[in-house]
Amino acid sequence: MTLTLKSILLSTSLLIATSGGAFAEMVLNRGNTGDPESLDPHKVSTVQEANIMRDLFYGLVMQDAKAELIPGAAESWTVSEDGKTYTFKLRADGKWSDGSPVTAEDFVFSFQRVVDPATAAEYAYMLAPVVNAEAITAGETPKEELGVKAIDATTFEVTLNAPTPYFLEMLTHQATYPVSRANVEALGAEFTKPGNLLSNGPFVLAAFTPNDHLELRKNAEFFEADQVKLDVVNYFPTEDRSAAMKRFEGGELHMNDDFPTEQLADMTAKFGDQVKVGPYLGTYYYVFKLTEAPWDNAELRNAISMAIDRDYLAEEVWQNTMIPAYSFVPPGIEGYQARLASYADMPQIDREDKAVEILTKLGYGPDNPLKLQISFNTSENHNNTAVAIQEQLKPLGIEVSLFNADSVTHFAMLEAKGDFDLARTGWIADYKDPENFLALCKTGTGNNHGDYSNPAFDDLMAKAASSTDPAARMGLLSDAEQIAVAEELCVMPLLHYGYHSVVSDKVAGWEANVMDIHPTRFLSVE
Amino acid sequence: MTVAERGRSLWADAWARLRANKAAMIGIAYLLLVALLCVLGPFLTPNSFSTIHKNYTRVAPSLSPYPTPEMIEPALADAIKRGRLDLAGWEQEGDRLILSVTSTREIDERVTRYVDRSDMFENTRVTELAPGGMTAKMETEVELKYFFFGTDSTGRDLLTRTLIAGRVSLAIGLLAGLVAVVIGVAYGAVAGFIGGKIDEVMMRIVDILYSLPFIFFVIMLVVFFGRNFVLMFIAVGAVMWLDMARIVRGQTLALRRQEFVQAAEALGVGRVGILIRHIVPNLLGPVVIYMTLLVPQVIILESFLSYLGLGVQEPMSSWGVLISQGAKNMPGANWMLFFPAFLLISTLFALNFIGDGLRDALDPKDR
Amino acid sequence: MARFVFRRLMIAIPTLFLIVSISFFLMRVAPGGPFDQEKKLNPVIKANLERLYQLDLPLWQQYLAYLKGLARGDFGPSFSRPEFTVAEILQSGLPVSIQLGALALALALVVGTLLGVIAALNQNRLADYAVIATATAGSTIPTFVIAPLFQLSFALSLKWFPVGGWNDGAFVNQVGPVLTLMLPQLAVVARLMRGSMIEAMRSHHIRTARALGLSDGSVIFRHALRGAVVPVISYAGPAAAALLTGSIIVETVFGIPGIGRYFVDAALNRDYTLVMGTVIVVAVFTIFFNLICDVLYAVVDPRVRYD
Repeated sequence: MTLTLKSILLSTSLLIATSGGAFAEMVLNRGNTGDPESLDPHKVSTVQEANIMRDLFYGLVMQDAKAELIPGAAESWTVSEDGKTYTFKLRADGKWSDGSPVTAEDFVFSFQRVVDPATAAEYAYMLAPVVNAEAITAGETPKEELGVKAIDATTFEVTLNAPTPYFLEMLTHQATYPVSRANVEALGAEFTKPGNLLSNGPFVLAAFTPNDHLELRKNAEFFEADQVKLDVVNYFPTEDRSAAMKRFEGGELHMNDDFPTEQLADMTAKFGDQVKVGPYLGTYYYVFKLTEAPWDNAELRNAISMAIDRDYLAEEVWQNTMIPAYSFVPPGIEGYQARLASYADMPQIDREDKAVEILTKLGYGPDNPLKLQISFNTSENHNNTAVAIQEQLKPLGIEVSLFNADSVTHFAMLEAKGDFDLARTGWIADYKDPENFLALCKTGTGNNHGDYSNPAFDDLMAKAASSTDPAARMGLLSDAEQIAVAEELCVMPLLHYGYHSVVSDKVAGWEANVMDIHPTRFLSVE
Repeated sequence: MTVAERGRSLWADAWARLRANKAAMIGIAYLLLVALLCVLGPFLTPNSFSTIHKNYTRVAPSLSPYPTPEMIEPALADAIKRGRLDLAGWEQEGDRLILSVTSTREIDERVTRYVDRSDMFENTRVTELAPGGMTAKMETEVELKYFFFGTDSTGRDLLTRTLIAGRVSLAIGLLAGLVAVVIGVAYGAVAGFIGGKIDEVMMRIVDILYSLPFIFFVIMLVVFFGRNFVLMFIAVGAVMWLDMARIVRGQTLALRRQEFVQAAEALGVGRVGILIRHIVPNLLGPVVIYMTLLVPQVIILESFLSYLGLGVQEPMSSWGVLISQGAKNMPGANWMLFFPAFLLISTLFALNFIGDGLRDALDPKDR
Repeated sequence: MARFVFRRLMIAIPTLFLIVSISFFLMRVAPGGPFDQEKKLNPVIKANLERLYQLDLPLWQQYLAYLKGLARGDFGPSFSRPEFTVAEILQSGLPVSIQLGALALALALVVGTLLGVIAALNQNRLADYAVIATATAGSTIPTFVIAPLFQLSFALSLKWFPVGGWNDGAFVNQVGPVLTLMLPQLAVVARLMRGSMIEAMRSHHIRTARALGLSDGSVIFRHALRGAVVPVISYAGPAAAALLTGSIIVETVFGIPGIGRYFVDAALNRDYTLVMGTVIVVAVFTIFFNLICDVLYAVVDPRVRYD
């Protein structure tokens, strides 16, 4: 019985392997934490979509295997002396997958399309530094007024409101990738369907079945097609990370961007250095409701913050896939010196003594316990983190209760400035610059959930924005972080994110980097 | 008076027959034992259900006490490091440890707190402080801890957690199950027995409720009424009676046309009388079986409610929540799945035996 | 009978209408919308998105617009997957879910009935206990445990089947999902069947038939089974509707492109149009299978009449 069953299975799998001439082709099966919501580079927003966009499209600048900036569709560029005008020289051999050239006109069309309110692009703000971009998105100015210009077929000029040192970094974001004007105008919303989609990157879209897989094939028209080793990339959505690990173990996936962190020890034992863990440009933090007593008292906030044993959170709850955080801006941004909280170097027990001292001074104690509710979105690790903090604050006489909800309910509550004491959230860098984090503490900005407002901080941020000297600018940002985060806890940093992936030893070309970006064009399968 | 007499003899009769059923009695005994363990056990187990044992996250179940010999060295080194000292060496004498530590600064005696802070050591003292205060000898005792079921991902004792979780799961399983049965049987029997237009309308209402998006119903409950243990029962009961109503109604349709019902009708017995005396007793078979099937569904559904914020809240737990956490930790920490799952399944086995026994005891045809 | 079926189909229309209407307003009570996420959107951009999907209109206007679309067979665009319309998503996933669900249902009914009858005929003997034990375990162990156990044992250890994936519906890829879907249902069917079969065998007309010397086989299949199958039919109606519309756990664990996962995902993402799509699918299946049940009651038991 078993024998016959096995032989049937064997012959079927052989059949599958031989059909389609899989012998000659190099195929990478890549796990992706979810299906793309869309394949329109201007409408996507998630990390899993960015992975696919980097394979399909080529922006003006791109990132290499180490996430360093490299020329993309533009072979070179110049920046005017005032730092406000960027002139990109497009490569002459840049082509769409149907063989037509990628022109400066396509970029003008694409940039206008991103900021156009009719597109409703979630990442329209990636072009916010460009002249008139924000007014166009708000529907106050026609999109033709955007500060972009096609000087000739291969020269593309962008004018900015102010010198923006991180503008090139922003251009690595998929929202700034080009789409073919002719293609979009001819096909409308249908342009992203397999067979319709024109791409200028190393791969073209071959097939997409929702919740099954997405197949990309090598783009013969890509200007460096000879350097792309893979013939086929299959992206499999892997919402269930435990199941994904089993598929990895069974050889059905070559790599996956995620794994159950609580199982790190078992996994390392089983897979050795196929398990990849390292720092990632993101921060996991809690926010206080700063507008309401008693959380409007910075001293009290600091007392709570110093009592939290971040080492325990990082080492045990997150199994060393996260790093204890005492600053909002994570390490790994060149030229930036993060300012840590003053107690970062204090031993944990001394910190707790200090915290008790402050609490007693403020009138809290066994007779008048401080009550604190932690709100978070449901997930195994968020839950464990909150539970650990609840236990850590208990000896200080703080009565912590937990309140969990599904993600949308939780974040909708934050957005509506709802009723909370301390709420979990996180931030992953869109581009490698401290400003991307610190802007969250500016008065009145969208993700400023705690409603932090300090003119001194806003002033430093404004000064940094208009500074043309990169070193001075970083210094100003650093001072700003000192005020808003280290002293006043506009956010209470808990941990810096770490990437945690599994990559089969059959895969070559994978390089660790703080952005956790691994363009498929640099990968190959042995 | 006569009604009361007959009632007593009916139930007395059933009880006698139930007592004669060994499997059912064993089931009842086991269920009571589990309930007793869940209620009283957490007071007797060595560790509290919510205490985090930092040094013992995800340790395997063991009958012998922790720490194991190889756990001592890293824990010691870690505790000393947290006190900003260096561990020069250590030796064990019985359950006492003698440590020698060095530092680049003067050693403060309060440093013993760092060693005591660890779950493994207690009563730490500095026994000898070298002149200059840069090196010292310390003495500490090993604290023995028992984790018979192992610990979870935050180092909490799984034995106590499994027992305390049983309180919630047994309560919701039995109570919500009972609510579903009462509503389902009443609704289904009435619809099937009356028939015609009323049956039609009643069953279409069931269809409608069946098709509504349950998640939004739960979220709505949370939004309007906040988190509340009672709401959990309402949410579960509200969906679970639907299947029961369909089964009962189908059964009633078949019974309604049977000779004894028609005979009773011909004798002029009122509708309510027929329903209570003839229909409902004959429904008990499928009802009891379906109820035993319902209980596990209720317990699992509860873990989903917890996800949406309506179920139990940490640090409390339930079997459904523990099992779903355990399933995620397979195959690494399989004890996190095994113990709660074992308790759940064995309890349901007992429930099944009780159910079968009850059915036999109440079966009108055997009387 | 034909008149009964026709009348029920007519009633289905107002029933569906009520389901659609109640669901539409119920889901809008929940906090948050399709564009609330961890990284909050710029209010201007969010307003643009809401305008694009007409979420900025008053609720009653959105409701009327949705009904108008439905009347034309238009389920609207999906908010969480703007690449596809709701109709396209359902079209691509539903056949997969139906295929797996139908297989699981057929197996559960056939094997479950058989096991139940065997157990009933051997009441309180070894075969009976074996069936009860299997059935209890099967209905107790949650799917989210069975599915990974299957993967660990049959896929990773024995290497008989792939761990996951659909692979265009290859036979080996279907085994795990079908078995996982089937097991709990099989358990329920077997237990219901056992119970009602025992009861049926005790009833007067079966005892009479046996006393009259009819052979066991014909008694069992002609008479007892007919009456005994009623609870199974009652159960199979909603079970069929649930199975054929997919299971979120089975589909995510095995990586199956069905529609089961949309029931939870769409709700959690507040993808309103997709939620409505799934609600309509479930409603149609529920109404249809409950009608089939009612017809079957009359078929197996001629005394049940609908007038």
